Amino acid sequence: MAVRVQREDFDLGAEAAALEAGAGAVVTFTGIVRGGDVSAMTLEHYPGMTEAALAEIEAEARTRWQLSGATIIHRVGRLLPGERIMMVAAASAHRQAAFEAAEFLMDYLKTRAPFWKKEETGAGARWVDARETDESAARRWAAKG
Amino acid sequence: MKVLYFAWLRERIGESAEEISAEGLETVADLVAHLRARGPRYEAAFEAPEAVRVAVDQKVRDWDAPLKGAGEVAFFPPMTGG
Repeated sequence: MAVRVQREDFDLGAEAAALEAGAGAVVTFTGIVRGGDVSAMTLEHYPGMTEAALAEIEAEARTRWQLSGATIIHRVGRLLPGERIMMVAAASAHRQAAFEAAEFLMDYLKTRAPFWKKEETGAGARWVDARETDESAARRWAAKG
Repeated sequence: MKVLYFAWLRERIGESAEEISAEGLETVADLVAHLRARGPRYEAAFEAPEAVRVAVDQKVRDWDAPLKGAGEVAFFPPMTGG
C-alpha cells in the first residue's frame, strides 16, 4: 500500500518489482507530459487533502478487487514534455483484477484527487479544463457498484 | 475559519489562504456571497459558480453544506490530475 505525492521523479521498474512478491499479475500505468504546443506543465495540489483522497481511492479499489498491493505516485511542480507525471500500479493473483483495478485507480484519481494542471504554450499559460469524458469514465465504476 | 484557494481561483483572488470569520455564515453559499461582496477580484473568481468546487475540512461538498464547526474551506476548479 503506497500513496506518494512528490516533486522528484520515480523509478517505475522498481515500483513495479516491489509489488511482485505474492502477486500473479502486476499492471502499471504511467502518465507522461505530452509535447506538441505545450512547452511545460505545472501541477498544483491541495496538501493534506490530496494524500487523503488518494488513500481513499486506493482503499476503495481494495474493497472491489482482491489486491496483493497497489501504488499511486503523483508528481507536483513544473514538468517538461517527456517527463513522467504519475503512475498507478495494481497487483493481484490474476490479470483481470489487476487491469481493472489499475484503470479504476486512474479514473478516480483524475476526477477525485485535488490536482490541477497549468500548461505553458507559445500563446501563453492556461489551466487545463476538466473533461466530461474523464467524469463519465469515473461514473461507470459507480454503476458497477 | 481558514479559506483556501487553488489554481485560477488563487490567481484571480491573489491569495492562497486567508482567515475569514464564520459569524453569520450558515452554508458554503453564504460564504461565497460574503466573499463576492469583498471586491472585484473575488467577484471575478466566483463569477461562474458552476465552475467552482468546494471542500469543507478536505471533503468535497455541495454549496448548501453547513459551515458549523468547519475549520477549513477550500475553493478550486474541477480536478485535472493524472
